[in-house]
Amino acid sequence: MIRIKRAHVLLAAVAAALCVPAAGVSAGSGLPTAIGKGEGQLNLVAWVGYTQAQWVKPFTKATGCTVHPKYAGSSDEMVTLMRSGGGSQYDMVSASGDASLRLIYGKDVQPVNVNLIPDWKNFIPQLKSPSHNTVNGQHYGVSLQWGPNTLLYNTKLVKPAPTSWSAIYSSKYKGKVTVPDNPIQIADAALYLSKSQPSLGITDPYELNQKQFDAAVTLLKKQRPLIKKYWATAADQIDLFKNGEAVIGATWPYQTNTLIADKVPVKDLIPKEGATGWADTWMLSAKAKHPNCAYMWLKWISTPKVQAQQAIYFGETPANPKACPIMDTLSKGSAAQYHCGASAAYFNSIKFWKTPVADCGNGQKNCMDYTQWQQAWTQLKG
Amino acid sequence: MNPRPGRPLRAARLRLSGFFWRHRWAKAALLLAPPLLAFGLIYLASLIALFVSSFWTVDPFTTEIKHIWTFDNYRTLWESSAYRSIALRTIGIAAAVTFTDALLAFPFGYFMARVASGRSRTFLFIAVLLPLWSSYLIRVYIWRLILNEDGVLNWTLAKLGLPLVHLAYTNWAVWIVFSYVWLPFMILPVFGALERIPHSYIEASRDLGASGWATFRRVVLPLALPGVIAGSIFTFSLTLGDYVTPLLAGGAGSQFIGNVVYSSVGISNNVPFAAAFATVPLAVMAVYLTIARRMGAFEAL
Repeated sequence: MIRIKRAHVLLAAVAAALCVPAAGVSAGSGLPTAIGKGEGQLNLVAWVGYTQAQWVKPFTKATGCTVHPKYAGSSDEMVTLMRSGGGSQYDMVSASGDASLRLIYGKDVQPVNVNLIPDWKNFIPQLKSPSHNTVNGQHYGVSLQWGPNTLLYNTKLVKPAPTSWSAIYSSKYKGKVTVPDNPIQIADAALYLSKSQPSLGITDPYELNQKQFDAAVTLLKKQRPLIKKYWATAADQIDLFKNGEAVIGATWPYQTNTLIADKVPVKDLIPKEGATGWADTWMLSAKAKHPNCAYMWLKWISTPKVQAQQAIYFGETPANPKACPIMDTLSKGSAAQYHCGASAAYFNSIKFWKTPVADCGNGQKNCMDYTQWQQAWTQLKG
Repeated sequence: MNPRPGRPLRAARLRLSGFFWRHRWAKAALLLAPPLLAFGLIYLASLIALFVSSFWTVDPFTTEIKHIWTFDNYRTLWESSAYRSIALRTIGIAAAVTFTDALLAFPFGYFMARVASGRSRTFLFIAVLLPLWSSYLIRVYIWRLILNEDGVLNWTLAKLGLPLVHLAYTNWAVWIVFSYVWLPFMILPVFGALERIPHSYIEASRDLGASGWATFRRVVLPLALPGVIAGSIFTFSLTLGDYVTPLLAGGAGSQFIGNVVYSSVGISNNVPFAAAFATVPLAVMAVYLTIARRMGAFEAL
């Protein structure tokens, strides 16, 4: 008897497995025109702080999709995670601009129908079809939030307050500096050099020829003895500032908010040279197993309230300006603090992360590509 | 229901055991087949796959693997001073950890084997093995708490009026943590080797007029050396392949071979380069094991 029962269960399981693709959003041809029934779960690759219980719990309650987040510390890690296990392990990724194109051209993500996301129409014009997630008119995901990489310092131990990125390259705080363990950090050095050494002629910190690249790497090599630790995770950097191992460094606003909440005397700012930054996109894996839940997530995460909650929690700017008034009701003054609904000029002042490629627009293919950035980064860390 | 359900099953079992009794080779083959298969398929095959993939390359933009034969990975390793210094740092710290552990383990193992007895020996055994019951990560994090700028060590030094030390996130911290974490793997083989020295040898040495130091140097040490070498295989290879301790306890200049391999695979998706760098510790271990075998370490394992 028992044996027969087992066989039945097995048959049922096989039948169920075969049925799943048929019940999915779309089977091959074209974009979906409606969102089907949820699959019960959703596997996300996300930046830390992007899947807080505050907005994930109500989502699960409303849709029945349980969210399993996996946090990544860098864009490179996100790309690798999206390819792990043949690409079907994760449904979505909150990719920044330096990962999104790599995922699109690597065929790791699939186009989405933005007409199924009602709030997409409300987004600021720059983030409706930005070049980092829209190729040939196809939308490979929906924009989420954006913001600058800032300069973080301990207000008690760093005096006078810094105004320039030069603070993390000067020996004044030797052994107390911490910067991200991320090759894209070379762009931060290039941005600083574009202002402090105009003769190098750097116009875009992600498009560097050999000479400009070497200058940035040399600057970072000189910075290396000043570094306490290259931080790999946000928690690492928070630890370093909490126990006084580091007093100044490059950060994301998330760490600043967490440290301030823990009563550590810190502040952050955009120095006078400007800042690099990110514009994130929720993208759908080409082999997503839970596409309906993924579309529900895209819809949910674009609504003004969730946009406002995430913006305040992480310290970034929502793509949906309808979130601005809600931000102020949740936390007074937060809309202005995080530049919600800011001018196009402010948006354009941030040098958003993008993948460095050899072809940098001058037709000569003489720029340094990302493999070279990665190798230079590993080598200068020593 | 069958009234005697066990009968045919029992007969079959007897026939089977009879077969194995008559054909000894079948028993050996059956027992050894799973581990040998695992060794062949999982270990050797993956080593070969690793070696083959080290001659491939990746597309710089999409980081997809391209099956083009090239020596570029090895050339980069050879020509770059940074990778050379990472390899030397890894080997150097592994050697330092091994030496430190040997120095610490010898007196401890000697006491356990030749002085302590009964209860105190059991207690010492537990003391050596107990840390292994807690997670490796916890033990590394505990050292971070001890070595931090305002950690336990500096707090104690300040209370004693001594100058403070700045060990957190340095190669010194990596060395200390590794020496602590791998110490049990050195103590146990050293203890085993020392315990096997018959007491009569030492008495004979005394009777022949050798001083305590001479007995130690010419009787105890040579007989215990295979144990030390056996332990060193553990401490050296474990340090050589680790990347967690350098990541957590190390600072700006603490990359190990393992860290470069980890970031090449897990972050930049450059598996071919990782494979090329991973052959370096393999080669080092092959040389090390050859020397260890010459010195009789495998008899002491």
